[in-house]
Amino acid sequence: MNEPKFRYMKDLPSARLLGSGTAMCAGCGGLQALHGIYDILGEKTVFINAAGCMTLLSVYPFTPFRGSWLYTSMASAPAGAQGVRDGLDILLEKKRISTEEDLEVVVLTGDGAAYGMGLSSTSGAIERDLDFLYICYDNEGYGNTGQQFSGATPHGARTATSKGPRGFTGFKKDLFSIWAAHRPAYVATIAGAEPLDLANKIEKARNLKGPRLLIAIAPCPTGWDYRPEDSVDIGKLAVRTGIWPLKEYIDGKVVHTKIPHPRLPVEEYLKRQGRFAHLFTPAPDTALIAEIQARVDGYWKGVV
Amino acid sequence: MKRTLLTGNSAAAWGARLADVDYVPAFPITPQTEIIETIAEWIDGGRMRSRMVTLESEHSMITAAGAAAATGVRVFTATSSQGLLYGMEMLYTVAGWRVPFVLVNVSRGLSAPITLEPDHNDVLAARDSGFLQIHCATCQEVLDSIILAFRLAEDKRVRLPVIVNMDGFYLSFTREPVEIPDTGSVRQFLPPLDAGDISFRASAPISQATAVLGGSPYSYFRYESHMAATNGLAVYDEAAESFAGLFGRSYGTVEEYRMEGAEIVFVMVGSFATKAREAVDRLRGAGRPVGLLRPRLLRPFPGKALRKLLAGRKGVMVIDQNLSMGKGGVLHMELASALYGHPDAPPVLTSFIGGLGGRDITPEEFYEMVAVTEKAIKDGSTPPPRLLYTKRELDEVRKLQAIANVERRETGKGE
Repeated sequence: MNEPKFRYMKDLPSARLLGSGTAMCAGCGGLQALHGIYDILGEKTVFINAAGCMTLLSVYPFTPFRGSWLYTSMASAPAGAQGVRDGLDILLEKKRISTEEDLEVVVLTGDGAAYGMGLSSTSGAIERDLDFLYICYDNEGYGNTGQQFSGATPHGARTATSKGPRGFTGFKKDLFSIWAAHRPAYVATIAGAEPLDLANKIEKARNLKGPRLLIAIAPCPTGWDYRPEDSVDIGKLAVRTGIWPLKEYIDGKVVHTKIPHPRLPVEEYLKRQGRFAHLFTPAPDTALIAEIQARVDGYWKGVV
Repeated sequence: MKRTLLTGNSAAAWGARLADVDYVPAFPITPQTEIIETIAEWIDGGRMRSRMVTLESEHSMITAAGAAAATGVRVFTATSSQGLLYGMEMLYTVAGWRVPFVLVNVSRGLSAPITLEPDHNDVLAARDSGFLQIHCATCQEVLDSIILAFRLAEDKRVRLPVIVNMDGFYLSFTREPVEIPDTGSVRQFLPPLDAGDISFRASAPISQATAVLGGSPYSYFRYESHMAATNGLAVYDEAAESFAGLFGRSYGTVEEYRMEGAEIVFVMVGSFATKAREAVDRLRGAGRPVGLLRPRLLRPFPGKALRKLLAGRKGVMVIDQNLSMGKGGVLHMELASALYGHPDAPPVLTSFIGGLGGRDITPEEFYEMVAVTEKAIKDGSTPPPRLLYTKRELDEVRKLQAIANVERRETGKGE
């Protein structure tokens, strides 16, 4: 295995390429991840966006991106990537542009598009072996419309459409496995709160060809109900409790890139967020907490 | 020049081939599929230098078409009916991107009930999308209109995508003699795409299709698209004139047929207008002053041309091969709004709905429309829209229902 390019925090790029002053909420975990991603990918990129919070990054006539951007629709950002990639390839092939003019095509969507409406166009793009990157910022609900539950919402979470005593009764869809089942070049999970792991995965993905897809956990102060300054802590706790496994799929194998040891109890993560407050007050719902813990333990039993 | 027997679908494929398109995002649907099959065969055989990609839906297909056009390549695509509706969100979206490309729609009635044969509710659902629309009545016109459509779409004063429409089955699968223009002349008429600043390049970063906040910037862009679409009328006229000079075939925004001295005039779009031509000939033979207008352009709407052509006539019969439930024919409403309040406008504008799902319109029905309109002129009062249907057709449907009911009863008894 190759040595990772970024071993210490000081190895990370010092220049911040993504501009500030965007419409994202204070403490947005998705934006934190995007900063880390953009510092590595750089400006020779075109971001193909689907409807979601980050659609509000580029509002006419301003943008925080030094490179290019195309907003499409909620369902079809990967098809937009197909059109741009094919367009660039045609221009290169017919020598109407030089190779220096080429761009990396990057799909940027939330979980609402990635886990649901956009899954068909993602599946199509992977099946066609499209050379592109897909970044999903996963804040585990339809965040831009006020955090209704989506296919990415974890079991038990309170959302604007699951306010009952047990919260969301469904289970978070395993998008990593769905993507990996297509056997693309690369799939990974990342977290903005784990910048070295994130940087190394983006660096690895950047140097591969074909479909490369990454899901970033996006702690969301407004949707998950916690103070903006806690975002980094919550991202770290998601990893240390084992709730957000950091892993990658490459060459047909899944490898965990950071195995939390010892794993903290899930309460450490859950109790910091208002969306799980009903598990602790007025009285602890020990059964539901144990159920969530058991599911996490069961996952890791299969890993180590 | 040599003429070849081609279906409407083959003629469409030839239009794309002669336009030297770079990119063909595709998805199969009846009755359009032959277009993409023909193009795929040419690409595989090295006869066409394009890249074709089959998407997983029309929604994605139209997204890819718009995105590639936004990157600065020449794009052609085709669909029908449900496919056009499945991609409807993206029709509006890519038109707002102000990217030029051409989409052929092979008209087919919309579900429910699901069917295969044509009417125009599919393409008229895209009426307000920002796409310009050219409606064809012959296979030759399909081929020529695609070349014209690229010139119109790519003009700097327009920069909007264009739909070229033909009727499923009646044109798509009907062979007609078609003159295939030579590549050199087409290149003279339609030079390689000059995308200008429509591009994605490392040296020139750009944000396309960004969000706006509030009604003011939103209205700014919507008005710009409207004005660009309106510019399309003059740009189309220039293009059609240059086309006629090179190829000897004239395509006005409105096709006139036997309009000299016509007192009452049929107005309709698409291939069914050829049925009206036949009826006009017979009516003229019987000494009745009847003419026919067939708008080729529906967006931008050639209101001024229609007003001029209809000025001073006594009556107009609009035949709509579409139906807006609870109102009536779409073309009738459009024409009424173009004529109303103008001093020379014909006093009577009658409305007939026909040809839905490929239902025939018979010569007798055309004569009846004339009779109804003549009576309206005489009485000075316009009748409500008429849904064309014969007693015999109704009897046939009733008969089928009766048979099915008998079968149901008898099968029930046998249990």
